[in-house]
Amino acid sequence: MATVETKALRKEFTGHTAVDGVDLAIREGEFLVLLGPSGCGKTTLLRMIAGLETQTSGDILIGGKVVNELPPRTRKIAMVFQSYALYPHLSVAKNIAFPLKAQGAPRESIAGEVERAAKMFGIERLLQRKPRQLSGGERQRVALARAVVRHPDVFLLDEPLSNLDAKLRTLARDELKQFQRRLGTTTLYVTHDQVEAMGLGDRIAVMSGGKVRQLGPPQEVYDDPADTFVAGFLGSPPMNLVTVDGVLVGFRPEQLLPVSAASAEAATVPMRFAVERVEHLGAGRLLYGTLPDYAPNEKVIVSLAYTVHSSIEAGHTYEFRVHQSNLKFFDPTTGLRVPSRALPARKSA
Amino acid sequence: MTAPALARPRFRERAAGVTDSASWLGRLMLAPAVLYIVLVVAVPFLMAIGYSFSTVTIGTSTPRFVGLENFRSALEDTAFLKALGNTAIFAVVSQTLVIVLASILAIALQRKFRGKWLVRMLILLPWVAPISLGSIGWLWIFDPVYSVINWTLRHVGLFGPDTWPIWLGQPKLAMASIIGVHVWRTMPLATIISLGGLSSIPQDIHDAAEVDGAGFFRHLFVITLPLVLPILLVAVLFGLVFSITDMIVVYVLTRGGPFDSTQVLASLAFFKSIDGGDLSGGAAVALFLLPVLAVCAVLLLRLARRSEVV
Repeated sequence: MATVETKALRKEFTGHTAVDGVDLAIREGEFLVLLGPSGCGKTTLLRMIAGLETQTSGDILIGGKVVNELPPRTRKIAMVFQSYALYPHLSVAKNIAFPLKAQGAPRESIAGEVERAAKMFGIERLLQRKPRQLSGGERQRVALARAVVRHPDVFLLDEPLSNLDAKLRTLARDELKQFQRRLGTTTLYVTHDQVEAMGLGDRIAVMSGGKVRQLGPPQEVYDDPADTFVAGFLGSPPMNLVTVDGVLVGFRPEQLLPVSAASAEAATVPMRFAVERVEHLGAGRLLYGTLPDYAPNEKVIVSLAYTVHSSIEAGHTYEFRVHQSNLKFFDPTTGLRVPSRALPARKSA
Repeated sequence: MTAPALARPRFRERAAGVTDSASWLGRLMLAPAVLYIVLVVAVPFLMAIGYSFSTVTIGTSTPRFVGLENFRSALEDTAFLKALGNTAIFAVVSQTLVIVLASILAIALQRKFRGKWLVRMLILLPWVAPISLGSIGWLWIFDPVYSVINWTLRHVGLFGPDTWPIWLGQPKLAMASIIGVHVWRTMPLATIISLGGLSSIPQDIHDAAEVDGAGFFRHLFVITLPLVLPILLVAVLFGLVFSITDMIVVYVLTRGGPFDSTQVLASLAFFKSIDGGDLSGGAAVALFLLPVLAVCAVLLLRLARRSEVV
């Protein structure tokens, strides 16, 4: 276990800056997720921490020690790659044993360690197979077993679930979280999938354009986005952003509710919602429309849970409500959050 | 309905028939290559087989069939046995050197460094330069009087005043010389093949090995070389076939001498049949290693197919 810190870390490739002055501190035993769209610099940041990429400037500290100049093998890290990067010509057992042998572990202890790691992931019966004889899920387990076998201080995981099918991915996510809890190893996890990020992370660092836009616990990042990028990136569908009196007003699709389903507290803001289209998704409904009183020309999406029974049809306008505290305000030029304020009263005729 | 309107679709159908039929297009495209191989390789090859069982010489008009007589007499000929041994030494030593050096070069060329394009070009040069020209260059380098190797080694103090080896005139040195030139000449192809193999290994595998703690030698011998081995074998087989069948280096540098010490089967066959006029004897010598080469060719094709699938 160890802390991982980056200080003003930068990486420039010819012509563009991949990582632009990132300051990050990962606590001991923490599961931190780097979340962002492809090309935002998250993998480059991870590879710099691994030592596979050299930073242009800034420092990387693992366990409080500057490791800028150290090669990957001396950083006490283990990495799981998106492709799993299993050695195709070696059996599963030899794949798992590889880091131990490379470390110079005593021969007689290696078999035991391999056995233990294989047991942890339920792959004992696969030990004599070659990677090409394994399914995607099995390969992922082998890659994880290879990562844990030498008791690293830090796990670096680069989208390890993205090659699994949707069903397996949910299962694997749960297992991954459980195993990290059990081992308590500091983990840095890169993904572009917000569901994975929300589900796995103790904290999430949302990245865009080489910068960390926001760092915080999943719920906080979701509820209180620091800027319009974070607001738009997290959530599916993303946060609605409409311009009202020169300021961007944001609220989540599930926070605007029909009057019948909304709480009748005074702190709610009434809004009329003109429904243009209704999508039935089984577990709920998506309503597409506009807010005629506030932003008649901007599209708004409302997500209604299965439990909301109000009858809603396309082509009609309904009375909806949103909790005042759910309204977030952003500066339209910088995209940054600005203090909350009251929405100007509108005549709801 | 008018006549031109009917005629147009017919024309289109015919055009489609020629270019769209995979089997006909395939035959059409292959025809020049097949014709070339039949005329330049297959016909002389069959003639050679025919000659090797007969008494044909440059001067005979009525050859006789003699069965395996030519092969039997070749086996009793000390010059042939010597050439057979020389061929084995020449092929095995040169290809061992080629594969080791080509692997080192390919690994070096995979790294990023300044002036890589220049190094790459220089390495390719022996392959693209006409071999007769290259060999003549080497002839000067090995010249008994003006040898630049001797001159250099004497000036750096490695050779004393009485040391002046005659590279192409002393049996062991002559063999070493032709092996050296052959290595120089065939290494570029092996390097390019190895480079192809190396670049087919995904970067993730190298990164994983590095993170897993492998040092340079473990990385090389446990990960890189085993992964590139099938492709290296292709290079080895190519090299072996080429070394056994080629005679140009020997022909230009030593003509098989001194005392047949650099005579290989290909050159012996040439001297015997073309210079000596004994077409049937030469054909028997040339065909002697056919079974070995056939095995090499089959292995080569199999490996090529396998590495294509992977």
